[in-house]
Amino acid sequence: MKYPFPVGRADFIQGDEAIARAAILAGCRFYAGYPITPASEIFEAMALYMPLIDGVVIQMEDEIASIAAVIGASWAGAKAMTATSGPGFSLMQENIGYAVMTETPIVVVDVQRGGPSTGQPTLPAQGDIMQSIWGTHGDHSLIVLSPSTVQEAFDFTIRAFNLAEKYRTPVILLTDAEVGHMRERVYIPNPEEIEIVNRKLPQNEEEAKLPFGDPHGDLVPPMPIFGKGFKTYVTGLTHDERGRPRTVEREVHERLIKRIVEKIERNKKDIFDYQAYELEDAEIAIVSTGIVARSALRAVRMLRENGIKAGLLKINTIWPFDFELIESVAEKVNAIYVPEMNLGQLYHLVKEGANGKAPVKLISKIGGEVHTPMEIIEFIRRDLK
Amino acid sequence: MRLVSAYEIRDKYLRKDMLPTIFCPGCGIGSVLQFTLRAIDELGLDPDKIVWVSGIGCSSRVPGFVNFDGLHTTHGRALAFATGIKLANPELKIIAFMGDGDAAAIGGNHFIHAIRRNLDVTVILINNFTYGMTGGQVAPTTPKGLRGTTAPYGQFENPFDIAQLAVAAGANYVARWTVFNYIQGINSIKKALSKEGFTLVEFLSPCPISFGRRNRMKTAPELIRWYQQITVPLAKAKKMPPEELEGKIVIGEFVDRDRPGLVREYMEYIKRAKKIMGWEE
Ligand SMILES: Cc1ncc(C[n+]2csc(CCOP(=O)(O)OP(=O)(O)O)c2C)c(N)n1
Ligand code: SF4
Repeated sequence: MKYPFPVGRADFIQGDEAIARAAILAGCRFYAGYPITPASEIFEAMALYMPLIDGVVIQMEDEIASIAAVIGASWAGAKAMTATSGPGFSLMQENIGYAVMTETPIVVVDVQRGGPSTGQPTLPAQGDIMQSIWGTHGDHSLIVLSPSTVQEAFDFTIRAFNLAEKYRTPVILLTDAEVGHMRERVYIPNPEEIEIVNRKLPQNEEEAKLPFGDPHGDLVPPMPIFGKGFKTYVTGLTHDERGRPRTVEREVHERLIKRIVEKIERNKKDIFDYQAYELEDAEIAIVSTGIVARSALRAVRMLRENGIKAGLLKINTIWPFDFELIESVAEKVNAIYVPEMNLGQLYHLVKEGANGKAPVKLISKIGGEVHTPMEIIEFIRRDLK
Repeated sequence: MRLVSAYEIRDKYLRKDMLPTIFCPGCGIGSVLQFTLRAIDELGLDPDKIVWVSGIGCSSRVPGFVNFDGLHTTHGRALAFATGIKLANPELKIIAFMGDGDAAAIGGNHFIHAIRRNLDVTVILINNFTYGMTGGQVAPTTPKGLRGTTAPYGQFENPFDIAQLAVAAGANYVARWTVFNYIQGINSIKKALSKEGFTLVEFLSPCPISFGRRNRMKTAPELIRWYQQITVPLAKAKKMPPEELEGKIVIGEFVDRDRPGLVREYMEYIKRAKKIMGWEE
């Protein structure tokens, strides 16, 4: 297949552009969106590329329609994505819940900007962490990935598609205006170098009859896509294994929701991803995600140069969250610091994970500027005194 | 038109394990469902290539009872979901079964934009002048002065004429009937299903339980008589002075044209893109 951008070599591109190219290499053939800063460049890149590779790209009337179209496309068999920022992400929440409930693989990119409301359209923030995990109503689980670099924006986008397909779930790529608009060197692999996961399709009539069952015992039912003669009924109402609405029986609801949550939770080790820097002998740990983790890494190196044994835990998967990992770190260090661009969202998760084994301190910064390494160091120095 | 028994239609297309339906006695939704299935049957369409899509409401429960692929989505969003299904697999024929609140209130924006882009879909719209499922609140179609639980003293807003809205937005085919216009209704659905682009058949449908009961029309026959009073066939309406048409609802076939549908337009767009980029001649 011919690609509308160079593959098998490095390129110097924006994060948003990297996400678009990665999506195409991951097999995305349907993109629906609505313009919003700082996510528009993803749409604009898709608009250039998709028609050339016989993919679909369409500007919908709003974000609600965009995610709806993406879910529809997924049931018609396509890998599908939409991208937005805070205000649009809020509008998508009802249908994110629909995708969770109907176990529809889709990828939703949220390029975070300052909020609430229209806030700071052009400036980065990390204010949507809680919304990305808990934004939709009801008990649920989904997957949230958080890149720090343009290369990671690329790699995590491919991973987002693979995880969505593997677990039949919406995956949110939670990035921010800084990563989205920054240009960096990115290696764009040849398609043969990329591992691609495709959803399980029913192997026989029996499996097709249980689109929401667990015929393989892995909690992930094969997905009978439309038009293959399986006659599948998909509803956001509580449904049984065959997809029939069963809205008042307690056991049916419990069985369905627990399986949907379990299929993510049970595979936490596979989904949760992190990088540890200098943590082995660390006396203090920084836990950070997204763009801020880069300042945090620099801060760790500078602290080490000054004789303070610091380490970094860079969180790449925000949900499902490995609380036990945080606890094991907390057991070994004197304190954990969480620098983030909000008033404390990752902080809540880390604090819960630390489970009282070490004090957890928030290094908060809002207003649209990424923490400098010095700001993180200053805070820690003052705190250690 | 071939006269197939209702049992035959039921056995051929309904999911027996889902019966009985949730619809109240006297509700018109079942009739419209039967019209739609008869139209499919008479056209000999392949059920494997038809997808039913709906939003939320009594009418939107219909895809659950028919043995086809079906997507029962969120309130008002059926046509947005349909856009994704159709563009991702143009082989599929899409029937959107919607309520008037679903289509014209919460889904109003999706409705006019699906029509504007001439999405290839047949919308079967149940207009019962009310929100049936939530118990009879006023809808954007409730005639002025009639009651709903959220306008207990009589609706004070102007209603939408959904069919005219669709004509103005650019639909390829628009017709409106009452559920008692059996033959016309089925013929319209057949025509709608045979056409490219956006097609709409609106049915004025009795909801004795949520609507009739609050407006001194407790039974379906009472609602029938009322429909007879308030509806005027298009041909007759054309000859009537505007004063006489005040408060009446015109029924008939409003538009039948052949503008290219969204799928065809997008295929052309792909060709144009490849040509501009020098990928193809
Ligand atoms: C976002 C959202 N808002 C409100 C509701 C509650 N709700 C369910 S059905 C309905 C109205 C249905 O009326 P209509 O579309 O006319 O269909 P009918 O039941 O009359 O067939 C409403 C408001 C909902 N399910 N979702
Ligand atoms: S409430 Fe009205 S529309 Fe709903 S099933 Fe009953 S009669 Fe039909």
